[in-house]
Amino acid sequence: MRILKGSKLTMKFGGLKAVNSVDFHLDNGEILSLIGPNGAGKTTLFNLLTGIYTPTEGNIYMDEKDITGSKPYSIASMGITRTFQNIRLFSDMSVEDNIMMGLHSRIGAPFLGSIIPTPSSIKANRFAKERLDWVLNYLGLYSLRKEKAKNLPYGLQRRLEIGRAIAPEPEVLLLDEPAAGMNPQETNELMGLIHDLRNKGITILLIEHDMKLVMGISDRVMVLNYGEKIADGKPEEVKQNPEVIKAYLG
Amino acid sequence: MQQFLQQMVNGLSLGSIYALIALGYTMVYGIIRLINFAHGDIYMLGAFAGFFAISAFHLSFIPSLIISMAICALAGMLIKRVAYKPLRTAPRISMLITAIGVSLFLENGGLMVFSPSIRTFPTVFPVKTFSFFGGLVKLTVKDIVVLTVMIVMLILLQYLVYRTKIGKAMRAVSFDKDAASLMGVDVDTTISYTFAIGSALAAVAGVLVGIYYNSVWPLMGIMPGLKAFIAAVLGGIGIIPGAVLGGLLIGVTETLVAGYGNSLYRDGVAFAILIIVLLLRPSGLLGKNQREKV
Ligand SMILES: Nc1ncnc2c1ncn2[C@@H]1O[C@H](COP(=O)(O)OP(=O)(O)OP(=O)(O)O)[C@@H](O)[C@H]1O
Ligand SMILES: [Mg+2]
Repeated sequence: MRILKGSKLTMKFGGLKAVNSVDFHLDNGEILSLIGPNGAGKTTLFNLLTGIYTPTEGNIYMDEKDITGSKPYSIASMGITRTFQNIRLFSDMSVEDNIMMGLHSRIGAPFLGSIIPTPSSIKANRFAKERLDWVLNYLGLYSLRKEKAKNLPYGLQRRLEIGRAIAPEPEVLLLDEPAAGMNPQETNELMGLIHDLRNKGITILLIEHDMKLVMGISDRVMVLNYGEKIADGKPEEVKQNPEVIKAYLG
Repeated sequence: MQQFLQQMVNGLSLGSIYALIALGYTMVYGIIRLINFAHGDIYMLGAFAGFFAISAFHLSFIPSLIISMAICALAGMLIKRVAYKPLRTAPRISMLITAIGVSLFLENGGLMVFSPSIRTFPTVFPVKTFSFFGGLVKLTVKDIVVLTVMIVMLILLQYLVYRTKIGKAMRAVSFDKDAASLMGVDVDTTISYTFAIGSALAAVAGVLVGIYYNSVWPLMGIMPGLKAFIAAVLGGIGIIPGAVLGGLLIGVTETLVAGYGNSLYRDGVAFAILIIVLLLRPSGLLGKNQREKV
């Protein structure tokens, strides 16, 4: 079942077509990897899907509903969350508060309920607290929960960013080069984590540079080059695809 | 010694008022990087709202204060909606120029609607003086009210910004708008709340000034607005405790200069301090000198 779909997505920056007429789909429960050389348009596609940019052309559908042009905060509340290529934690806030920020899309901040306890805010806070504790334990960050995000070592910052994204129980998780800058052991742990998240029912779209790395984990691989989709299929097929080989070698 | 302590008390009262206005400057700057030059005029609006609530509707202090805060909060959100929001994507200078325009609009609108005359604020609190430390410090009821109200406001603000979801959303937006919106934060509404809170604090300052100095008039916002702006820059613009520190510092210095030196230099001193501090610490007293952009 299609959970997310983009048809003929184009994003122009001046004369540059960073994403050029890309048809894209994500099926419920899969791990789809998006690969491609530097500047291929991978992050731009993420920015389109999450509402940071509105596509110059084309449409985006979630569960068959047209969500083109929706604001990032409403896309987040539909259950699509993400991490960033360059970590973008709220670095002066604690680990705990960063995860709480991630929960915003689920519980919001109604003016009244934010200031004084109301029945609905009490309920929301209880839910938030449960999710917070779950995420902290799940990612092994519980003992660091009061620490400022910026004081965490790099690998844990990446982990926290994932924690912030999964806290609201998203349907779709977008990970932009989560392994960047990690050592082999951290990368292995990360791959295990991604697998586990998928087994928990989260559909995953993963950007990764390293072909070898994605081959093991992905159900499907899609390749972008100069903004265009040049391949889409099973990892083994994509690996053999002459155009992909050319894009990566040339 | 006695005179010095007395000047300190007066300075802290004046400084509290600057601090309350400076908070609005700094909060709005923190969230949209705009020096909201109309902020001093919101303070004027707050003073008038308080004036009418007390003199025309015969309300007591606290209800008048709350009404004035509500009116200014709405005015602040309205200005943001009408004047600044359409310029979201325009170059920053456009918004700045618009802010000056809004300021002139409010000042001249004030002159038209309220008339240019200076109005005398009714006496709200008994004229009574309390002595402390064996007569070393004398506080009037007004001093006590100003200082108490400021402390209460600071506590409320601290709670709001650091403990509530709205406050956390405000901090998140000011740190990274895109990331915050991807967390589900409605950036636009959060900016509106920031304007509302900053403007409500300016209203408090306006009512307090009315009570403290007994007069209100349509151009009363210009000088305090400017000094509060200086206070905000002095403390480190965008940094909440900085605004308070800057406000108190300028209030105290001004009063000391007027008390011991020449009261003609009073207004110049604020600017002199600003220049000196900025030469030594370009990002203000509490500002980090280079904020890393992620
Ligand atoms: N906001 C922007 N304004 C102008 N050009 C942009 C913008 N964002 C991206 N681009 C350009 O669009 C192209 C695609 O960039 P994008 O960041 O999507 O690539 P990427 O596949 O994520 O690359 P990398 O692997 O280096 O992260 C690049 O040429 C980039 O310079
Ligand atoms: Mg990228």
